[in-house]
Amino acid sequence: MAGFLDKLFGGSKNSKDVAKDRLKLVLIHDRASLSPTMMENLRKDLVQVISKYLDFDENALDVQMAEQDNMTMLEVNIPVANVKRNSGM
Amino acid sequence: MGEVIVVTSGKGGVGKTTTAANIGTGLAAQGKKVVLMDTDIGLRNLDVVMGLENRIVYDIVDIANGNCKLKQGMIKDKRFPELYLIPAAQTKDKNAVNEEQVRAICEELRQEVDYVIVDCPAGIEQGFKNAIAGADRAIVVTNPEVSAVRDADRIIGMLEANGLGNPVLVLNRVRPNMVKQGDMMSVEDILEILAIKLLGVIPDDDNIVISTNRGEPTVLDQQSRSGQAYRNIVKRIMGEEVPLMNLDEQEGFFTRLMKLFKGN
Repeated sequence: MAGFLDKLFGGSKNSKDVAKDRLKLVLIHDRASLSPTMMENLRKDLVQVISKYLDFDENALDVQMAEQDNMTMLEVNIPVANVKRNSGM
Repeated sequence: MGEVIVVTSGKGGVGKTTTAANIGTGLAAQGKKVVLMDTDIGLRNLDVVMGLENRIVYDIVDIANGNCKLKQGMIKDKRFPELYLIPAAQTKDKNAVNEEQVRAICEELRQEVDYVIVDCPAGIEQGFKNAIAGADRAIVVTNPEVSAVRDADRIIGMLEANGLGNPVLVLNRVRPNMVKQGDMMSVEDILEILAIKLLGVIPDDDNIVISTNRGEPTVLDQQSRSGQAYRNIVKRIMGEEVPLMNLDEQEGFFTRLMKLFKGN
């Protein structure tokens, strides 16, 4: 009944879709065997490498695994403050 | 030469032992010579599911250690002359046998019978390694739940890493009405996530509890829907093409009346 009302008023999506989405995400991590610690290490390494070339807020760098069109992707979002003038020299 | 098939899952309580018992019994009912082997040392259960708990003299540890001959350790089933059970040991721990010993037992058994069905313990430790040691192919059992599917995925990966690629899936405890309402993942959802071939789907069925109470595998019950699903699985294992059964529950008048009142 609760589920029916939810759907009627355009509320939450089916619980099975929630289950599916959660599973897909958790399996990406399981399959890549990337633990949260390893993800954090990856983030730190990325900060180190990228800061050679770009000015950015270290805390704003966001790394996560995602899935789109049946492809597993590593998503890295870096809000850039400044491109360093002498990069590449 | 017989075939060794391991029934595994990762997560406990999804229906591994029930599935092993029903597949083994179903194959025997088709006239095959079958050994059911319980490798869940310390937590044996295949004996009670089969209703053979009073006949146990020797167990798998006795066979592995040479305390008895293989034939002595094979308990004869009550129903079929060519169905046998090798029970797990109840008092020892899971390290009481090793992979080499299980492999050797499987090799000896496959000379004698058509199918060896190995019931694997839950988990991914020594018991799992023992269970898969002598297997030619694997059946992964899961339920349409997040935790069970996650563990199944892990097990599929481990099977592949151990040379048992292309395992097949038994999806157990499906509730068609919940699937219809969008509150349970469907067969298609789970196949999409796990990317695995389907062996069969078992509807959630009270008859499983009843048949386990009695120690009579439901595959022999011509009336039960889970029994029909297991009979189909048995035929597919033997190489027959059998379409998936229609899982829609037949609703009695009373059920429909209740639903009318509940408003869904």
